[in-house]
Amino acid sequence: MDSMRSDGATDIGMDAVMAVKILVAGGFGVGKTTLVGAVSEIRPLRTEEALTEKSIGVDDTSGVEGKTTTTVAMDFGRITLRTGLSLYLFGTPGQDRFWFMWDELAQGALGAVVLVDTRRLGDCFASIDYFERRGLPFIVGVNCFEGAQVYDTEDVRIALDLDDDVPIVVCDVRERESAKQALITLVEHVLLTTRPAATVGSAL
Amino acid sequence: MDEEWVDGPVVRPYWVTGGRTADDRDDLDLVAVVRATGVGPPAKLLMGPEHEDILAFCATAPSVVEVASQFDLALGVVRVLLGDLLDHGLIVAHTPAPVARFPNERILKEVIDGLHAL
Ligand SMILES: Nc1nc2c(ncn2[C@@H]2O[C@H](COP(=O)(O)OP(=O)(O)OP(=O)(O)O)[C@@H](O)[C@H]2O)c(=O)[nH]1
Ligand SMILES: [Mg+2]
Repeated sequence: MDSMRSDGATDIGMDAVMAVKILVAGGFGVGKTTLVGAVSEIRPLRTEEALTEKSIGVDDTSGVEGKTTTTVAMDFGRITLRTGLSLYLFGTPGQDRFWFMWDELAQGALGAVVLVDTRRLGDCFASIDYFERRGLPFIVGVNCFEGAQVYDTEDVRIALDLDDDVPIVVCDVRERESAKQALITLVEHVLLTTRPAATVGSAL
Repeated sequence: MDEEWVDGPVVRPYWVTGGRTADDRDDLDLVAVVRATGVGPPAKLLMGPEHEDILAFCATAPSVVEVASQFDLALGVVRVLLGDLLDHGLIVAHTPAPVARFPNERILKEVIDGLHAL
């Protein structure tokens, strides 16, 4: 694949390259890294957060003209589905103060898997609100942790106030098959919700 | 590569870029593919070791995120360095068509089949 790109890639060939971006969101310790790692090699990714005034004056920021940043770590994984079609998985930073990063991640994303721990349902509210507001398709993956009470998925739907068409899957993302199924459910959901749009698009 | 960055002063990540930030490099999408053109750097160009390492890695046509991950550099830093290489014609960048913008049944099905086959 690499050799093909480096010697043979014409502009037309490069135009055929497509990327599918999927976000994996959810609260702290809910299994985002585990999901990415179950289906792909996990790779660390660092980005920066703009710092607030409080840190200015402590550090010498003259070199960056007031642009002060701190580093945020997140996970990403890549699955090559075929030459020219890659799937990128991004584990979104859990903390609310990293919202700025979400906008970049959500740009051009196909959708999101929001992982939920039923012992701490409230941790995923922020993610769900965000994707609903942006109109980004998402599914909910209820991760089964030991000692967690087993809920019916419809109870989870009510507790999270989810629309009827948002798929909910029960998963254990430590299992590769389960992690795969969560991603497949998301893509099938996108397929279903965009089918009318796809018909219009092909007529253009 | 340089583990000290994590705990060091916040502006240190930008030391390698000479303090430049990536505000005007929005042509470099996270998943844009960067590829070495094979053109040799002009003699007058002062390339740092980071530029050289990144340029060599670009022979494999990685994405911007992969460059950042490979060299453990923050995304913004990598964008500035890749921008330098772009400006000198040493690499080309190509933003892949995001499938999300053209939800195409055939491609979505291909993604589903590809995931099943993993
Ligand atoms: N029982 C069970 N444990 C899980 C599951 N998914 C993840 N875990 C465990 O939960 C712990 C946290 O998982 P991570 O994948 O690190 O969670 P995370 O969302 O990346 O956490 P942060 O990045 O810290 O927010 C690990 O010890 C996992 O092994 C699951 O489906 N079931
Ligand atoms: Mg994690």
